[in-house]
Amino acid sequence: MTRVSMTVDGVSYDDDVEPRTLLVHHLRERLGKVGTVVGCDTSNCGACTVMLAGKSVKSCSVLAVQADGADVTTVEGLAGRDGELHPVQQAFHESHALQCGYCTPGMIMAAVDLLSENPDPSDGEVREGLEGNLCRCTGYQNIVRAVRDAAASMRGTVPTAQEPAAEASAASTASTASTASSPGEPASQGVTT
Amino acid sequence: MIPAAFDYTRPSGVDEAVGALRDGGEDAKVLAGGQSLIPMLRMRLASPTTVVDLGDVTEMRGVRDDGDALVIGAMTTHDEILHDPLVHEHAPLIAQATETVADRQVRHLGTFGGSLAHADPAGDLPSVASALDATFEVAGPSGRRSVPASEFFVDYLTTVLEPDDLLVSVRVPKLTGWGTHYEKFNRVAQAWALVGVAAAVRRSNGSVAEARVALTNMGPTPVRAYGVEDALTGTAATEDSLAAAAQRAADGAEPSSDPSASAEYRMHLATVLTRRALQAAGGA
Ligand SMILES: Cc1cc2nc3c(=O)[nH]c(=O)nc-3n(C[C@H](O)[C@H](O)[C@H](O)COP(=O)(O)OP(=O)(O)OC[C@H]3O[C@@H](n4cnc5c(N)ncnc54)[C@H](O)[C@@H]3O)c2cc1C
Ligand code: FES
Ligand code: FES
Repeated sequence: MTRVSMTVDGVSYDDDVEPRTLLVHHLRERLGKVGTVVGCDTSNCGACTVMLAGKSVKSCSVLAVQADGADVTTVEGLAGRDGELHPVQQAFHESHALQCGYCTPGMIMAAVDLLSENPDPSDGEVREGLEGNLCRCTGYQNIVRAVRDAAASMRGTVPTAQEPAAEASAASTASTASTASSPGEPASQGVTT
Repeated sequence: MIPAAFDYTRPSGVDEAVGALRDGGEDAKVLAGGQSLIPMLRMRLASPTTVVDLGDVTEMRGVRDDGDALVIGAMTTHDEILHDPLVHEHAPLIAQATETVADRQVRHLGTFGGSLAHADPAGDLPSVASALDATFEVAGPSGRRSVPASEFFVDYLTTVLEPDDLLVSVRVPKLTGWGTHYEKFNRVAQAWALVGVAAAVRRSNGSVAEARVALTNMGPTPVRAYGVEDALTGTAATEDSLAAAAQRAADGAEPSSDPSASAEYRMHLATVLTRRALQAAGGA
């Protein structure tokens, strides 16, 4: 047994683990972080992706002992304390970027990692950036759309929600109303004039 | 699957790591980024009694300018290589090939040295190291030694490293004034090369003064295409003469057949990809 300390989703844990324990098993079975899943035995699918010291890794291909002293973020640690979804989670929800949902925790973590390096990726860059994550259901179209929507919302260029919030911002200045280009907004422009 | 049980040690220096390997005996294994080793442990294709984790050996990490060469620490990750300004300036071929390795997650952990020590015939970096005439700095129980790339790779997944040897760093000569290119052909869903070509060309007054070409996955070890190199040296660097030299790319190579590609197809790919690599590296 080896003593391992790590911070997972903001909580610190100290445990004795067998050196052969994979990080993903430690997270799921010892710490109860079952949001992170295992999809393959070959390090290919990416379903198990978490952030280790700020970078995406496949947690099935890391030993828990290698994460000693590190900060780990799983998909369970993305939402705010009040349950408000992370922009990437929100965009996956809105763009219907999942069907069975098995690849989703890993897809979301890989997307968060990609956007931390490239805040405005093209479709091609999203596809390249998520090449370590496989999805058997969606055909990827909506995943790419969700990641680009999330990127836009994180850059603050396009409102994610197109309903009431748009009305308030459109009302605040005339220029906002005239530059609004998102298809959800014409109705609120009418309110200001 | 879950790996078989092993003892685990995490030394903080090269000498300490070599000592741990010696004490661990025949069945001790080095753990670098773990991106090849851990999948093998999981599938129980490897079951070492001792795992020596190099994660804390900071002296093996990073890239250093050493005059006419770069010294790349074996534990430098693929991701660190991609973000290193020295590599981009003096060894862009390494950056270009590394960008094609695996995916972001694997590149965050997988290391330059681990890729070379693992010596997978489909790995991209062994042929790059071969084309660059890199030198491998090795530490073992009887001290340190330097091994040229031409002697480092011995066979399929086999190098000159003994079980208690450590690859510490790799010395890469700066190719000032050369053009270089890595051309890789792979299936869409997997980054592993069916065939890859690393080319370095030095032109002088419109002709080829020197050329080095090394092939990925055209045999159990990286293959230097000496036939192409000979044909190129001294010829005009025109599209036609580069293409003619590339025809010799597969001469003497003995690639394997597998479900992704037959040996014949690999021989064909080698000539096509070599032509493309030469145009990019040395074309007018
Ligand atoms: C899904 C996936 C896709 C991949 N695609 C590609 C690809 O397209 N191209 C490519 O080139 N590679 C690819 N790889 C492999 C990747 O590059 C690995 O990082 C690399 O092969 C091994 O590096 P590592 O640091 O993880 O080594 P480890 O897995 O830790 O070690 C590999 C082997 O080398 C030995 N070793 C490691 N470091 C040393 C050292 N310093 N001294 C002595 N022995 C050492 C270990 O004992 C072990 O036997 C892929 C891997 C995965 C999982
Ligand atoms: S479970 Fe980790 S890559 Fe598939
Ligand atoms: S939604 Fe089913 S695998 Fe991606």
